[in-house]
Amino acid sequence: MCTVWTMAIGHVLLGILERGAAHGYDLKRIHDERFPSAKPLAFGQVYTTLAKLAKDDLVEVAETHQGGGPERTTYAITEAGAESLREWLAATESAGPYTADELVRKTVTSLLRGTDTRAFLQRQRNTHLAVMRDLVAAQVDATTAAASIEIDHTIFHLDADLRWLETAAERVAADRTRTA
Amino acid sequence: MSEPLLDAQSLRKSFGRTEALRGASLSVATGEVVAITGPSGSGKSTLFLCAAGVLRPESGRVTYNGQLLDDLDEADRSRLRRRDFGLVLQFGQLVPELTAVQNVALPLLLDRHDKAESFTAARGWLERLDALDLADARPGEMSGGESQRVAIARALVSGPRVIFADEPTGALDTVNSERVLQVLLQVARETSASLVLVTHENRVAAAADREVVLRDGCNEQHVDA
Repeated sequence: MCTVWTMAIGHVLLGILERGAAHGYDLKRIHDERFPSAKPLAFGQVYTTLAKLAKDDLVEVAETHQGGGPERTTYAITEAGAESLREWLAATESAGPYTADELVRKTVTSLLRGTDTRAFLQRQRNTHLAVMRDLVAAQVDATTAAASIEIDHTIFHLDADLRWLETAAERVAADRTRTA
Repeated sequence: MSEPLLDAQSLRKSFGRTEALRGASLSVATGEVVAITGPSGSGKSTLFLCAAGVLRPESGRVTYNGQLLDDLDEADRSRLRRRDFGLVLQFGQLVPELTAVQNVALPLLLDRHDKAESFTAARGWLERLDALDLADARPGEMSGGESQRVAIARALVSGPRVIFADEPTGALDTVNSERVLQVLLQVARETSASLVLVTHENRVAAAADREVVLRDGCNEQHVDA
């Protein structure tokens, strides 16, 4: 799982480098701007990924600049890197599996021990709706299709969670009626 | 909360043997955006129509601006709906024989406003909703998103103090849905109108100041965030 994630970051960096050589700081900045809902990249992560890409001949050092400050290495994508990027973009991603997360574990545990699950589900809905509200506002302010698409992805996942919460509340209510 | 502009309390309403509302309530303050949500058959649309004065509940009370709706005769209720309330329904509900501009002008014409002024106002709202090029089109010639924008223009032409919208984005794709929702929110904000939205869409519910959740004709117990 970790390898897959690292490779995805690697290809995102290749996608940025395809538009021109850049150093680690710029790569981090551009990545974080493109994916505001993703966790910001740590510098260490950027340099580790670049080192791996260089080892695999997917990027190469274009220039090393040493002024008064720390050494700055500019990286460029190689032909092999461009080919790897094209392959990555063409390959479809697997759908799931969607493993049970904390929310599912908590709901099921709560239901099985007889806690007031409906109240929890309603509170959770309010939390999800508050985040959805911020995203809907961000969507209105988005000025590019790329930014809108990125926000849509989070909105649709939140929406799926909200639908799951509603269905869970329905099932809890039906279960309560059946056992009453 | 200060005195609500619209207040529906403990409403009961049945259709045959089906109890659609079993004590549901809804309060809306001036300028407030409220989403009515809940599962199918929970009574959302019935509460909405009772609050808008379209249906009469069997018991409970609905007051608007301090006036009990039950005290009004049918003519006064119709007048109130035309002047103070703007209704947007899921499928637009435009009059198919009329053009877009005639549909939008209709509430003003029914209220005996000057014909030329009514059409000028109607064109103004169509323009505002980016639908002026549809002015001479009939509903059958419009897409879902287009007829919904015309229906919104018609709901807003009288300058309502409360805009009621039942699943206003239900028949639309995501991009058109966003557009319609933003227009409703923007107009409500600009005119200090209240907005009551019935919706099953989380995006729409999230845009509201407050959510009223119905289940089996009753309000779901309120839970603070």
